[in-house]
Amino acid sequence: MSRSVAGEISLLRMALGHPAFVVGFALSALFVALALLSFVWTPYDPTKLAIADKLQVPSLAHWFGTDHFGRDMFSMIMVGARVSIAVAFVAVGIGIGLGVPLGLYAAARRGSLVDEIIMRGNDLVFAFPSLLLAIMITAVFGPGAINAIIAIGIFNVPVFARLARGAALALWTRDFILAARVAGKGKVRISAEHILPNIANLLIVQGTIQFSLAILAEAALAYVGLGAQPPLPSWGRMLADAQTLISLAPHMALFPGFAIIVTVLGLNLMGDGLRDLFDPKLRRGRS
Amino acid sequence: MTGKSIAAAAISLLALSVAFVPAPAFAARTDASIGMQLEPPNLDPTGGAAAAIDEVVYANLFEGLTRFGSDGAVLPALAESWDISEDGLVYTFHLHTGVKFHDGSAFDAEDVKFSLDRARADESTNAQKALFADIASVEVVDPATVKVTLSKPNGSFLFNMAWGDAVIVAPETAADNASKPVGTGPFSFGQWVKGDRVELERNPDYWGEPVKLEKVTFKFISDPTAAFAAMMAGDLDAYPAFPAPENLSQFAADPRFEVIIGSTEGETILAMNNKKPPLDNIKVRQAIAHAIDRQAIIDGALFGYGTPIGTHFAPHNPAYVDLTAQSAYDPEQSKALLAEAGVSDLTLSLKLPPPSYARRGGEIIAAQLREVGINTEITNVEWAQWLEDVFKGKNFDLTIVSHTEPMDIGIYARDDYYFQYGDPDFKAIMADLANATDPDKRTELLQAAQKKIADDYVNAYLFQLARAGVANAKLKGLWTNSPTPANDMTGVYWEE
Repeated sequence: MSRSVAGEISLLRMALGHPAFVVGFALSALFVALALLSFVWTPYDPTKLAIADKLQVPSLAHWFGTDHFGRDMFSMIMVGARVSIAVAFVAVGIGIGLGVPLGLYAAARRGSLVDEIIMRGNDLVFAFPSLLLAIMITAVFGPGAINAIIAIGIFNVPVFARLARGAALALWTRDFILAARVAGKGKVRISAEHILPNIANLLIVQGTIQFSLAILAEAALAYVGLGAQPPLPSWGRMLADAQTLISLAPHMALFPGFAIIVTVLGLNLMGDGLRDLFDPKLRRGRS
Repeated sequence: MTGKSIAAAAISLLALSVAFVPAPAFAARTDASIGMQLEPPNLDPTGGAAAAIDEVVYANLFEGLTRFGSDGAVLPALAESWDISEDGLVYTFHLHTGVKFHDGSAFDAEDVKFSLDRARADESTNAQKALFADIASVEVVDPATVKVTLSKPNGSFLFNMAWGDAVIVAPETAADNASKPVGTGPFSFGQWVKGDRVELERNPDYWGEPVKLEKVTFKFISDPTAAFAAMMAGDLDAYPAFPAPENLSQFAADPRFEVIIGSTEGETILAMNNKKPPLDNIKVRQAIAHAIDRQAIIDGALFGYGTPIGTHFAPHNPAYVDLTAQSAYDPEQSKALLAEAGVSDLTLSLKLPPPSYARRGGEIIAAQLREVGINTEITNVEWAQWLEDVFKGKNFDLTIVSHTEPMDIGIYARDDYYFQYGDPDFKAIMADLANATDPDKRTELLQAAQKKIADDYVNAYLFQLARAGVANAKLKGLWTNSPTPANDMTGVYWEE
């Protein structure tokens, strides 16, 4: 299902006219830009301790102030954005990469034993409290960014498997799928060539939401000390560090807290916007 | 999880607002709630190594023949007085009479013999068996007199008997002391709500001077934010070893509280696994020692509360030698030493137990080691995991821990101790020390021991932990210093 060039342009125009999407996209893009910039430039070395400069309030020299070791908070937020985004990106990637094929396969073999096994297995993972699962994984395999990615990735799998299966099931009854079957295409090919492109919109919207949840999960894991390990800065650990100093240096909690809120808000707004834009019924209603 | 810290912020704000409400006048109180960071695993000081046990029961519930005063001096306790034979081998203890255990049974010389024999028996689970190693025999002369014969003179025998591990227990109740401790102290066991608190009650039949408090509650609050809020809200009356030094300035500024800064026996060290390559190479250990800026750790992790040390010895001890210059901060020398040792691309594991001196200090040390080209892999561990993995399993390269026992330089003579030093020359010094009774000779040997472990760069010696506590300004009589892990409540009272 390829969209015409005119269709692309009208979608872009509508996107620009959708305030939630524009705001969400701008906020998300801001943090992606900060994260990318941190690879080449940060105001200070975020891992360099300068005990003499500790707990400084925001100033021209240190825009977001310094933490209890005298590290520049703005530099740490920038590198922390990189960590958060990288963890969330890979984790959601794992969710899509494993969940979507599982869901599509289950839909193709609907009603069979394989379908049951896949979906009940997913239910099992889904029913397990996700953060507890993540803590369990990092506790067994040791804390670190990689294990945090795996842990968050695993509980993204059933989300995408369910979504893909549900959406694919509806499509399997449609005439154009029937036509493809009559033409002799196999189930795997139909899933890849006809089903997947038609559920891509849904997956993108869900992916955006999951992305924001993954950032929250990463912050939560880092907060309890199971995420990215020092010296790598991480928003969650910055919050944990700030906890006992909150009455002495509130800026230490405010900035990483805001960074998490703004990023998650941005991604959620963008997800909402994308859902509106991709929904044919809404699109028709608007135009 | 962000919700948690927001809630914590809200609690702190709430607590701060409480500060402005004038407190109504009370009559002198007779109860006190004391905050502690760790919950003891059991309540039997003769059967466990955890300092938290002594922090509840020492001097309060259990007593020994002698005891420590707040300044570290050895004072009489259950033994009223003692005579020492000319050759230093026979100690005759004259016991207090009319002493009763909390279960009503009488205390006499038989209990002393039982306790000492039990502690030094082969199957004893006492964590400090070395304290009793020189005892050859314990004889009951009469119910109020007990004669202890040593196999060789031991100048620190009375000191040893003051430890929490050497308290006197009754044969009938010794087996249950872990959960239902029965001692001779001025407080008896009330109840233990696991995970929350231990309550002690005044012992009405106490043989000595009666205590002023009727009830003491030890509450276990390890979270520094919660501890801060609990102090601010008045749920706790004192927190003698406050876990968040950053909050002390706020307490100091508040007239309701008094900040108590004292010394402890806590030599805080960056322990190195001396048997694990490349740390078996003295040059590598020396390089690590020179890479560390002690003052930065004290300022950064402890907000200035701490004294740099250059060896495993308490600076307030008269025999202390200041050897900090020998391992002064010198990153260039550190790099040169690493090059000499032929070590490059070194990555070491650094396991950090929960206290903030370890967790924060670890981050600072990791940064300092990075400056000289040593990478560290930090793992935060809980105490149980630390004991299992590091202390027993010796599965570590580096770890940070504070050794809070008094005069514990002898641990360096143990072969199986977790940092695995056990040098024969050092053992010889310790053996000489054990035989020496002359104070000057002892000082000389203690100084030789300090120099030996500093010369061998066994560990990187960081700082002497300060005892930074906070108490309600009206609560008097708490210990300032901490010569042994203890919260001695016997002299504590509320000012009217």
